[in-house]
Amino acid sequence: MIEVIDVHKSFGDKEILKGISTVFENGKTNLIIGQSGSGKTVLLKSLVGLHDITSGDIRYDDRSFLDLDSSSKKRLRQDIGMLFQGSALFDSLTVEENIRFPLDMFTDWSEEERRERANFCINRVKLENANDKFPSEISGGMQKRVAIARAISLNPKYLFCDEPNSGLDPRTSIVIDELIHEITQEFGMTTIINTHDMNSVMGIGENIIFIYQGKKLWEGSKDDIFHVQNKELEDFIFASKLFKEIRDNNS
Amino acid sequence: MRIFYHLGRYTLFLKRVFGKPEKHHIFLKQIVREIDKLGIDSLGIVIIISVFMGAVITLQTAYNIDMPIIPKYTVGLAARDSILLEFSSTIVGLILAGKVGSNIASEIGTMRVTEQIDALEIMGINPAGYLVLPKVIAFVFIIPVLVIISMGVGITGGFLAGSMTGEVPAPEYIYGIQFAFQPFYIIYALIKAVVFGFIISTISAYWGYYVQGGALEVGKASTKAVVSSSIQILLFNLILTQLLLA
Repeated sequence: MIEVIDVHKSFGDKEILKGISTVFENGKTNLIIGQSGSGKTVLLKSLVGLHDITSGDIRYDDRSFLDLDSSSKKRLRQDIGMLFQGSALFDSLTVEENIRFPLDMFTDWSEEERRERANFCINRVKLENANDKFPSEISGGMQKRVAIARAISLNPKYLFCDEPNSGLDPRTSIVIDELIHEITQEFGMTTIINTHDMNSVMGIGENIIFIYQGKKLWEGSKDDIFHVQNKELEDFIFASKLFKEIRDNNS
Repeated sequence: MRIFYHLGRYTLFLKRVFGKPEKHHIFLKQIVREIDKLGIDSLGIVIIISVFMGAVITLQTAYNIDMPIIPKYTVGLAARDSILLEFSSTIVGLILAGKVGSNIASEIGTMRVTEQIDALEIMGINPAGYLVLPKVIAFVFIIPVLVIISMGVGITGGFLAGSMTGEVPAPEYIYGIQFAFQPFYIIYALIKAVVFGFIISTISAYWGYYVQGGALEVGKASTKAVVSSSIQILLFNLILTQLLLA
C-alpha cells in the first residue's frame, strides 16, 4: 500500500502539486487521470523519488519514503518497477540483456537462473523471437512489452506506469493495458498508471484519481465516474465524441 | 555568477561519479568496452594528425633555420622537443576533446532525454557512477598510450618529410632526435595527458548528464562539452607547464 499525504511540489515559484492525499491499495490497478499539464507525471515521479516533494509525506507500507536513508531507499527501489512513457530501454543492450539488467545488477543468481528468469518474463509478456534484437529493431508495442518484462524481472511490489499507451495504436493499447492488469493481479502488485486514455480508464481502472491543476478533484471507481457531477471531470471524460454519444444514449 | 553554479554542480557530480560500483565484474567489463570505444577507436585520427603534425613541424623548422652556422641535426632536435612537449599532448588533447568529448556528452545526454538515466535511478543504481566512472577510468588509462603513439608517429612523420624533401638528411635527423634528450619531457607529456583525459571525460559527461529538453539540447550540450573541455585543457596546459617545467 502506498499512502500519499498532503503532497505539495513546487518548481521555483510555480506550485505544481497542491496538497494531494490518497491511498493506492495492494493488488489494485490504480489510475491517475487528468489533462496534460495537470501534474500527473510530477506526482508519479514524486512517488518514485525522481522529484523531491516540497512538503507532505509518501509512505510505502507504513515506511515514510522521506525518512529512509540511502541504503534503505536503494532496497525499496528494488521493489519498484517502472514503465516509462518512451519505454527507456537501454539502446546498447539487446532485448534479453535489457530484461536481465536488473538481475545482473542486484542478484547473486547463477547465469542459468538469470537466463531462466529473463525467459520467464519474456514469455509472460508474450514476446517471441526477439531476445537478440536491439530496441531500435522492434516496434513501439514490443518495446513497451520489453519495458514491462524488465520492470517485473525482480518481482517488484509496486509497478508505476507513465502513459503506457502513448504512441500506440488502439488495439496494441488494449493489449498493453490488459497485460499490466493481468500482471498486477497475478503478482499482487500495487500498480499505479498515469494516463489520459479513457479506454484504459474503462478497461482496467479499479481505483481512479482525477487531478486538475495540481489538485485531486475526484476519486472513485470506473462504475461511478459517469455519474459524477463535477464540471472539470465531465469536461475531461466527455471530451471525445464517442463518450458524449454514450452519455446521450444512456440518458 | 553562472560559473560558480556550474563549478558547484560539477563538484557534486564528481562526488556521485566516484561512488562505489554495484558489481565489480560488470564494472570491469564496462571499462574494457570504454577503452575500446574511446581509445582504440580514436587511434586512427591520432595517427593521421600526428604524422602530418610531425612532418609540418620538421619542414617549418628546416625552412626557418636554414643557415650554415646552425647544424641540420638541430631540426630533428627542435621537432622532437616540440612534439614531446606540446603537440602530442596538447594538440591531441584538443582533438580528442572534439571527438571523445562530443561522443560522451551526446551519449549521456541522449540517455537523459530518453529517460534511461531515470530508469537506472529507479532501479536503485547510481547513474553517474554506473555510466561515467568507467569512461573516466578508461580514458585516463588510454590517453597516455595514445600520446606515446602520437610521439612515435609524429617523429616518424618528421623523419619521412625531412628525408623525402631532402631538407633534413636521415642521419642528421636521427642524430638530432637523440641529441640532448630529456626523459622528463615524456613524463611531463604523460602527466598532462592524464589531466587532459580527466578533464575531457568528466566535463563532457557533466554537460550530457544535466541536459534538459530534447535533441536540440543534446546538440547544444555536446558543443558546450567540447568548448569548455578545450578551454580547460588550455588553462591546465599553462598551469602544468609552470608547475612542472619552471
